[in-house]
Amino acid sequence: MHRTRTIAAWIFLAPALTAITAFFVGPVLAALVLSFTDFDIYTIADSSNLRWLGLEQYRILLRDPLFWRALQNTLTFVVAGGSLTVVVALGAALAIWGAARKVQAFLRTVYFLPVVTTIVAAAVVWRAWYHPRVGLLNVALRWAGLPAIDWLGNPRWAMLAIIVFSVWKNFGFHMVIFLAALQSIPHQLYEAAAIDGASRWQQFRHVTLPMLRPALSFVVLITVIGSFQLFAEPYVMTQGGPANATLSLVLLMYRNGFQWWNVGYGAAVAWVLFALLVVVTLTLSRLRLRRR
Amino acid sequence: MQAQRPAEQRWWWVLVAGITLGSALGCHRAVEPSPALRVWAMGKEAEYLSTRIHGRMIGGYRVEVQRLPWSAAHEKLLTAFVAGTLPDVVQLGSTWLPEFVAVGAVECTSIDQSVIDDFFPGAVEGNLVNNRWCGAPWYVDTRVLFYRRDLLARAGFPLPPQTWDQWRHAMRRIRQLGPEHYGLLAPLDEWHLLVALAFQAGAELLRDRDQYGNFQSPEFRRAFSFYVSLFHEGLVPFEGQGQVANVYQDFAAGLFTFYVTGPWNLGEFRRRLPGELQNEWATAVLPMPELGSPSVSVMGGASLAVTTSSDKRDAARELISYLLSPEELTHLYHATGDLPARRSAWRHIGDADPLRLTAFRTQLEHARSTPKIPEWERIAGLLLRYTELAVRKHLPVDTALALLDAETDRVLAKRRWLLQRTPTQP
Amino acid sequence: MSGNLERIPAIAGFLRSLVLHAVLFVGGAVVLAPLVWMCLASMMPAGEASQLPPRWWPSHPTAEHYAVLFSSLHLGRNFFNSFFLAAAATALSLCCNSLAGYALAKLPFVGRDRVFTFLLALLVVPGQVGMLPLFLLLRSFGWIDTYWGVLVPSLASVFGIFLVQQYAQSIPDALLDAARVDGASELRVFWSVGLPLCRPILVTLGVFTFLGTWNDFLWPLIVLSDASKQTLPVALASLAAEHVQDTELMMASAVLTMVPAVALFLVAQRAYVAGILSGALKF
Repeated sequence: MHRTRTIAAWIFLAPALTAITAFFVGPVLAALVLSFTDFDIYTIADSSNLRWLGLEQYRILLRDPLFWRALQNTLTFVVAGGSLTVVVALGAALAIWGAARKVQAFLRTVYFLPVVTTIVAAAVVWRAWYHPRVGLLNVALRWAGLPAIDWLGNPRWAMLAIIVFSVWKNFGFHMVIFLAALQSIPHQLYEAAAIDGASRWQQFRHVTLPMLRPALSFVVLITVIGSFQLFAEPYVMTQGGPANATLSLVLLMYRNGFQWWNVGYGAAVAWVLFALLVVVTLTLSRLRLRRR
Repeated sequence: MQAQRPAEQRWWWVLVAGITLGSALGCHRAVEPSPALRVWAMGKEAEYLSTRIHGRMIGGYRVEVQRLPWSAAHEKLLTAFVAGTLPDVVQLGSTWLPEFVAVGAVECTSIDQSVIDDFFPGAVEGNLVNNRWCGAPWYVDTRVLFYRRDLLARAGFPLPPQTWDQWRHAMRRIRQLGPEHYGLLAPLDEWHLLVALAFQAGAELLRDRDQYGNFQSPEFRRAFSFYVSLFHEGLVPFEGQGQVANVYQDFAAGLFTFYVTGPWNLGEFRRRLPGELQNEWATAVLPMPELGSPSVSVMGGASLAVTTSSDKRDAARELISYLLSPEELTHLYHATGDLPARRSAWRHIGDADPLRLTAFRTQLEHARSTPKIPEWERIAGLLLRYTELAVRKHLPVDTALALLDAETDRVLAKRRWLLQRTPTQP
Repeated sequence: MSGNLERIPAIAGFLRSLVLHAVLFVGGAVVLAPLVWMCLASMMPAGEASQLPPRWWPSHPTAEHYAVLFSSLHLGRNFFNSFFLAAAATALSLCCNSLAGYALAKLPFVGRDRVFTFLLALLVVPGQVGMLPLFLLLRSFGWIDTYWGVLVPSLASVFGIFLVQQYAQSIPDALLDAARVDGASELRVFWSVGLPLCRPILVTLGVFTFLGTWNDFLWPLIVLSDASKQTLPVALASLAAEHVQDTELMMASAVLTMVPAVALFLVAQRAYVAGILSGALKF
């Protein structure tokens, strides 16, 4: 009885585990090995052109100004873009929550739509809107009496442009989670607070926020993980420019790996990204545990 | 409730099973070898080939043309080489050839001197690797000065500038025509103008058998400083290619008077500029540091090459020699504005737009190719990066050049190691 | 309750609610604006979308750009590829993930917790880390530039397994045991009892996978080089690089890329949101 179930379980698991091991875990480990070599286009032509670099590869990486640039950009995107996304999502969720029952579902759908649009398609529109002279955003700025901004052409503004785009694209996802969490808060809590004479702000501070905490920490975690993997937005909108102001770690990996076929170096970038994510995830979940 | 609707359930699973089976079959069909003679080309040339030879029979095979966008072509070609999915014939940008030769992706053959003599020297230089003929120069391009005659005249110059000083002077005067009038359009994602200026100043970009960067040489430094100063003086708008909504609209509006670009824009300008401007734009050879020496520029263009992975090499060669016949090159010119790499074909095209073509014809005789090493595209990327940093004043010129040299040396590290092991490498 | 005292707060409440709704609807318009403009610009005559002052409404609505997409740019082919790949990925991932998720939830065996923890740990690994070796691996199979190559990473997903596992836990064991007593094999039990009960979550997983594959960009960009095999987003990206000047044409292809995803979402909205929430709340 037990045996048959054990056998059945492994048979059921076999396709998924095989696929995950062969096409995900295996390559991830292979990437670690590759990252210690100088595997490149010469190696693909003739395997005797391979050298073992060991940790020297990571020393080269740490001396590469472009790597630091990409790291800095990625962190900017994670911190600024991530927090902006969470704040906008929370604000939208609270507002919709306060709206009439009849329009809630409609508004949720509207705010959610950018999430399901294909990123390349949306980026194409935003690129047109960001145009320094004929883009709608600059037309609006000039109309308001402000100087036009070369959003994607000026290194000072390009990352902000990417952030604004990605907030627009992503906040709906987190908003839905917040909204569900808000709707699950028992009504009695507010009634009790109202009887105690709590103001709206106090109700928010002492009822809503604590009840939202699990959802909040989940949203923060997935936002951080997602933001570290920034790629398609800069690939389509700026190609990492101007002056590498929007070069992200994944784009750096793509450039080295798939554009120049510096596979070893690209794999090292990927593993640094991985290590960063592990550290950040562990830190975040530890913070969460402590708060509980 | 689920259990009460078994019919619907079955339908659902039939659908899933059907799609799975269908995908298996679809995938199977996709990997079958195709009996066609496959050609990959870029941009306009791909469009031309599609209408000209797609579907024709050559050497017993049906020709199949596929188009790659220029911006992604280099990585697509390399990826296809890595994956072993290169087609039979590829169009290669002239600076890419050494890379594909070094990794053994394209076939090299010996060739008669008499055939070579017909091509422009700069084009031969780029396609001859270790005295073997690795690609056939298809069309050539070099960058010359396109300018608005009317605006230049309004700024007080009846003739195009011949020296760098005259050029700068003209741009300053044009800038005074109004805030919406810049001197020159120099996109920050193109390196050709800077390299052309460096060649004019007599610079060698790399040294010691192309093993180290040579960007701190006085010659390169001179060209670099000149180029960067045009931005610092506000004579050039800061734009990358992605930013230019419409070069032709901007040129027509007088946003810039000078544009250093290639022959493909002869046709585009004729087609896209409004009628009243058609007599107001002209071309000239690039201004020089000082009068006397011939105006040098960068040899560009593209070659056609047969891949080593092809199993239809005879047909591929037949296709290439057909496309390189003077008649076909003339046809290519009329369809796309691409200038023939063979001098003999120029006889037929010379009368199409004689005034504007003269600048190209003159400059092509003195065009030089960029260093013939596989790493050139990456070095060009570094060049763009440090130029942009200097242009934007994030780095002073000397620091930018020192860092550029240091990073170039790093890119060339593997080349140095390979040369040490097998000193005969290109 | 006496009315007079409550009237003032009631008016304040009404005003507050009015402002809130106004803000929400304006916000909604702002969020939708890029998508609406995309559709309108795709119908403008060439050049009109980059005119000054900008326009919202096409002067003469035209379908010429759509015609160009299908006739000379052959985007119909890419549309089919996207659809086919998304459907195939959905079918494959449903098969693999439902089996594995069900086993982890309903078939106790030694080492189950370890397998579970192993999968959980994988959630942190970004998909891009293994991409380079995966490419080299598929190259040795000759799968580059084939549909298989695109589908391989979506065969099984940790997220999908969890989704099914979480849901399947709510199936009462008694139902399964009843079938077992009747002498049904484990596969039979899964097929005729477990799966039908999991249907809602399978719909969710299906919608997720379909949309995810439809919108995916990086992997198809890398794997597919033959233009006739490329997916819509990849074709659109290369179009956007080639035809910088032709804004209207790009918008038309963006609409074409976006509409199926949005339509599927609108139809299957409930299942999709349920998926997000079961991921979020179980966490």
